[in-house]
Amino acid sequence: MDEIITLNQGSGGRLTHQLIEDVFRKYFGMPEPLTDSAIITEAGGTIAFTTDSYVVDPIFFPGGNIGKLAVCGTVNDLAVSGAVPKYLSAAFIIEEGLPLKDLLTIVQTMATEAKKAGVKIITGDTKVVEKGKCDRLFITTSGTGILDPSREHISSGKNIKPGDRIIINGPVGNHALAVLGARNKLSFSTSITSDCSSLNELINKVMMKSTGILFMRDLTRGGLATVLNELAGIIKLGIMVDEDSVPVDEPVRGLCEMLGFDPLYLANEGKLVIVTGSSEAQKVLDIMRSDTLGKQAAIIGEVVPDKRNLVTLHTSIGGKRILDMPSGTQLPRIC
Amino acid sequence: MKYIDEYRDKKVISKLADMISKSVSQDYTFMEVCGGHTNAIHRFGISSLIPDCIRLISGPGCPVCVTGRSYIDKAVKCSQQDDTIIATFGDLIRVPGSASSLEKERSIGADVRIVLSALEALETARLNPGKKVVFLGIGFETTAPGTAVVMKMAETEGVDNFFLLNAHKVMPPAMEAIIRDGVNIDGFICPGHVAAITGSGIFNFIPEKYGLGCAVTGFEPVDLMQSILMLILQKNDNAPKVEIQYNRAVTETGNVLAKRNLSEVFEPGDAYWRGFGVIPDSGMKLRKKYKKLDAENLISAVVSENEDDAACICGEILRGVKSPSSCPLFGTVCVPENPTGACMVSMEGTCNTWFRYKLNG
Repeated sequence: MDEIITLNQGSGGRLTHQLIEDVFRKYFGMPEPLTDSAIITEAGGTIAFTTDSYVVDPIFFPGGNIGKLAVCGTVNDLAVSGAVPKYLSAAFIIEEGLPLKDLLTIVQTMATEAKKAGVKIITGDTKVVEKGKCDRLFITTSGTGILDPSREHISSGKNIKPGDRIIINGPVGNHALAVLGARNKLSFSTSITSDCSSLNELINKVMMKSTGILFMRDLTRGGLATVLNELAGIIKLGIMVDEDSVPVDEPVRGLCEMLGFDPLYLANEGKLVIVTGSSEAQKVLDIMRSDTLGKQAAIIGEVVPDKRNLVTLHTSIGGKRILDMPSGTQLPRIC
Repeated sequence: MKYIDEYRDKKVISKLADMISKSVSQDYTFMEVCGGHTNAIHRFGISSLIPDCIRLISGPGCPVCVTGRSYIDKAVKCSQQDDTIIATFGDLIRVPGSASSLEKERSIGADVRIVLSALEALETARLNPGKKVVFLGIGFETTAPGTAVVMKMAETEGVDNFFLLNAHKVMPPAMEAIIRDGVNIDGFICPGHVAAITGSGIFNFIPEKYGLGCAVTGFEPVDLMQSILMLILQKNDNAPKVEIQYNRAVTETGNVLAKRNLSEVFEPGDAYWRGFGVIPDSGMKLRKKYKKLDAENLISAVVSENEDDAACICGEILRGVKSPSSCPLFGTVCVPENPTGACMVSMEGTCNTWFRYKLNG
């Protein structure tokens, strides 16, 4: 075994899945399907439990910082499983030399965001490592939330059937391009800001008013295309998406055209898809649109019968194509 | 978005689709030479909008795909030198060489940076005077002028730590090689961006000498649909010619300034193309004045042009003779995350495009 880990295995696409299957699942034996949060029923009630590490470069970017991501990301992983997020842990790996004022800013952001999301950060850990042993700051957050047993079906999507609708809460791609622009390794700057935000309030609003939510998932690494492919695989059905219905902000579209990126594959930190029955879809859409984080919500497609479990895109010009799972990081093209 | 939306107008597309359907009277095979066209055709689902009697096949126009394995070996060798930064276009880093790739070298410590232009590579050299910066210059007449300008700047400014690993190529000799190879096509969807630099005149020999139609084409769906219609009509009327569809960017004579820069820095020379071997006069060689900036000076051993994987049919795919689905490695051994041949690497490569859009059925 002389193989080594490459960056592509962390991109959230097919290679990441393969790594999880071949290494982590092989030895840890997590149950199918792999969801954003584990659901535990033996603790005298039902709780959701999740963890996530944050290594974003740079640690400050338009629309947020690594601390905001660390709170929002974990809150969202809990919330999309149908749980009410309650408690978070936060572990910090700090590279020596990090200005204290940066750490303070980040921790203050985390406190503010936690308060806003109604969660408490109740335990944590701190390590400082030598220069070069990590990149400024890495944060790991874990979280637990309480899951109403009537919502246990949400994380697995097991009640989804053909004809159900896919709804998204807003435009895709902003986070990925905001970070890329801030990274400075590519010579452009943009006005695009990250969509980083906690979605639990929006989700709560939807679930209080509708009992027809069949599945939810936040769109992070790998973007909308990855989540829809994962969903198609889990429910063993196909998904049809209408490209024109997927909201994409103009600056994001423009930059994607320039770089050869497809916004459907770009990372987000404040977006989710909700699956609901066709008769419930308009109601859910209206509820989402009444929230600031769902103003541009849209029905983007539906679940269809398909033995190959493909995600099919009806393109903006009236054509049809497969929307596949990405293999690795999208690379800016040569020409 | 200006220059985008009007060329993706559903109504215009549907009208063109209608005109195409009404014009077809036989089977047609057209080759899109450029990988950008291949990608656009699949991204927008163009094939689903035209009759089955029109076959679109992909040619050798993805610069990453036609780059020989030995070029990657040289780049890998450069990346292993002390105090060396490799500055490259993104889609080159995953291309497999004989034993390694730039991506693998990066993961074990090589300094490999993605740039969006040759200018950015030169800037990297200016900012890192203690290091050698090797820019991987590949691509056709489209990207080569950028390299030429930067070489002139480096030479004038005396930036002595900037080097070019050069594999720039020109398009017409490869198109001629395809025709001579006996590939059965009725016309070329010609690369509009190449012609924006060179002028559409470089394709004149194709109808004149070989009686095949040419449509110099832009990269949006309306462009492609209109060009397909042009080529059908040319074939129906038996009147092959070079038609400029992409007239918002292309003239017959091209960009005089860019051409002047190209000829100041480069001169014609033979070049190795993956899948074709050496094609006479298909390369751009550095002129003597710029030889001191040639990255080949930095590496000692000359790496020979070695053969590609025996089972890989990238060569035949690049020549348009076979499609990816007839390759035993396609989708099994050779996948985007672990490509055997170069066609699987770039987003514009035929195999990569087929894989992503699951065209193998």
